[in-house]
Amino acid sequence: MPDLEQFRADTRSWLEENCPETMRQPMMDESDMVGGGRKPTFKHPDQKLWMERMAAKGWTVPTWPKQYGGGGLDKHEAKILREEMSSLQCRAPLQGMGISMLGPALLEYGSEAQKLQHLPKIANGDIWWCQGYSEPGAGSDLASLQTKAEEKDDYFLVNGSKVWTSGADKADWIFCLVRTDNSGSKHHGISFLLFDMTSPGVSVKPILLISGRSPFCETFFDDVKVPKENLMGEQDKGWSIAKYLLTHEREMISGFGRGASKKFCETAVEAIGLEHGRLADPVLRNDIAKLELNILAFAKTMERVGDETKSGKGLGAASSIFKYYGTELNKTRCELMIDVNGEQAMGWEGDNYAGGHFSRTWLRSKGNSIEGGTSEVQLNIIAKRVLGL
Amino acid sequence: MPLVLNEEQEMLKSSAAGFLAEKAPVSALRKLRDDRDAAGFSRALWEEMSEMGWAGIAIPEAYGGLEYGYVGLGLILEEMGRQLSVSPLQSSVMVGASLINIGGSEAHKRTLLPAVAEGKLLITLALQEGLHHAPEKTALKAIASGDNFILTGKKVLVMDAHVADKIVVAARTSGNAGDAEGISLFLLDAKTEGLSRERVIMVDSRNSGNVVLDNVSVSKADLIGDLNGGMAILEQVLDIANACLSAELLGLSLQAYEATIEYLKQRSQFGVLIGSFQALQHRAADMFAELELCKSMVLASLQAIDNGEDNVSLMAAATKAKLCEVAERVTNEAVQMHGGIGMTDEFDMGFYMKRARVAQQTFGGYSYQLDRFASLNGF
Repeated sequence: MPDLEQFRADTRSWLEENCPETMRQPMMDESDMVGGGRKPTFKHPDQKLWMERMAAKGWTVPTWPKQYGGGGLDKHEAKILREEMSSLQCRAPLQGMGISMLGPALLEYGSEAQKLQHLPKIANGDIWWCQGYSEPGAGSDLASLQTKAEEKDDYFLVNGSKVWTSGADKADWIFCLVRTDNSGSKHHGISFLLFDMTSPGVSVKPILLISGRSPFCETFFDDVKVPKENLMGEQDKGWSIAKYLLTHEREMISGFGRGASKKFCETAVEAIGLEHGRLADPVLRNDIAKLELNILAFAKTMERVGDETKSGKGLGAASSIFKYYGTELNKTRCELMIDVNGEQAMGWEGDNYAGGHFSRTWLRSKGNSIEGGTSEVQLNIIAKRVLGL
Repeated sequence: MPLVLNEEQEMLKSSAAGFLAEKAPVSALRKLRDDRDAAGFSRALWEEMSEMGWAGIAIPEAYGGLEYGYVGLGLILEEMGRQLSVSPLQSSVMVGASLINIGGSEAHKRTLLPAVAEGKLLITLALQEGLHHAPEKTALKAIASGDNFILTGKKVLVMDAHVADKIVVAARTSGNAGDAEGISLFLLDAKTEGLSRERVIMVDSRNSGNVVLDNVSVSKADLIGDLNGGMAILEQVLDIANACLSAELLGLSLQAYEATIEYLKQRSQFGVLIGSFQALQHRAADMFAELELCKSMVLASLQAIDNGEDNVSLMAAATKAKLCEVAERVTNEAVQMHGGIGMTDEFDMGFYMKRARVAQQTFGGYSYQLDRFASLNGF
């Protein structure tokens, strides 16, 4: 495939020329991520430069069609781009719910007008999206959501509240599950609305988490008017879109904690040292060996499922374990990270002890097995859908 | 190489499954046990298996084998695990033929491997001496005497000892027990003067045995590999054996697990199917996840062997550790979830639990493998 070889060479030289040196350093925390939006914040001017250069090529969303601001790459080309970016250690130029969640759903379920209105702005980083799913009374049981959207002449009148809305305080638009019909089963009567967060009646209150950060918010809707053309998919049938997106979200969350540049056991050896070639703390050595074994086995399983899909066998039942196993593994990893780094890892702020990096990461990981469907819900799903119990 | 079976491998797996379900199911093992069969396996069945090429599956074509690799052998062993089929495939092919192929001279390979591939010659390994698998602790002495070595000592837990034709004995030719250096491998005829064998009945009703050597004389020509260099050969063979035993453990775990899930859908208590209880559902779902990880590891480690990758030892140790952990859990849960019937000899589940524990321990159990995995990772 000479064309692909040419594509690889061109891609590499373009990346070498256009990816600033600072954007080839590993990301340390959330502040290194670029989310775009109407009022974007850039920690470093190179972040803006890198995002704009990639967006101009459509490579913030390489596989989306060109008419929607994407790169129009096929899967082989996209893989080459990923590989070359990873070998040069290029950071992701733009991240967020728009790219990873709403975009794919719009491509699948959106009208042509909606695609043309929203996708290019997502690709360019012009609009920051948030997701209105969970409610105070609808967490694991998401389908019992009650945020009401009454049908009026040319708009829906939305009243209710959402919780755990990621980045709602920074977001420009929201994709939101609302109830348009209460008469049938709880899965019927849910609709999928898109609206501007500056609409009159929308208010947002950040939630301070145990990690000391506020990545999530409470979001309130008080007589918010949403034009009817902002309904995505069919009215009352939004649950299928919701499920589609939950699958996406679970795949994303199951990857948390992966891609760390250094193996866990290497960090442990640096922190604790060896005695006669073995980690000096024998109890911890045992726990770390179990963790490394499961990290390896989980990675091999992701690889196997990927290879099975590529070989045309379809997505096997094994994929149902990713969210559950990946998040539980990450929680174990974070607990051990604290043990390995000792009491210093409990530092909270200031210049000492990594400025609370370990403790905050550890605390944040507790949410992994709650958000996007708890571990218990995941086990229920495996028991019912895979095992037929 | 993608982590997925190709069409040919899929066919081998399904034909092995069909053959074994018909000819070598658990009831055949039960019969061998109840009849106190003298050989401990069916020679007629072994002949059939050999005719299909199984005895030569991992042996190079140049020496009469199929050269199908260890992925192929693993697939057969996985299906044997499902049926608990008994045969000398592990003693003579997984271990014996691998030893000769890796460590033997050209003459050894030419004279021995074709006969193994035909199923007419059984070669086993006599390694363990103490309570636990610890090859470097080999103490059985081999003392040079002219062109010969004189071997004296006792080996335990030798697979198929009483039916083997040849026995490869690991012996110490220099250094002390505990040294990796100084171990040599000798090929002995099972009927050699001074060698006595005692069959030992194990909990899994399979052939094991003790081998006692009393001033047994062996020629230098019967050294497998270099003098004092046996450990390097043993390590490679043990990696292969542990990856293959993991395949067997995978098969038996999957079978025990699937039977248990079926039982949860049939057994009623308190007026409902017990599979509707969340306490059982969550344990079943968690085991499902662990078994998926096991499948990936078994295939990855067997592929690593066939591709000659440099991480074979690490993969084999990791895979065996994972399979020991999961097979133990799954077989325990299978008995627990079946309730009283799981405790009866009449029901097959006990056979699965018994075989699992023996296969787990063979060539190093969970703690041995996890420790090895950590060491190979540099900690």
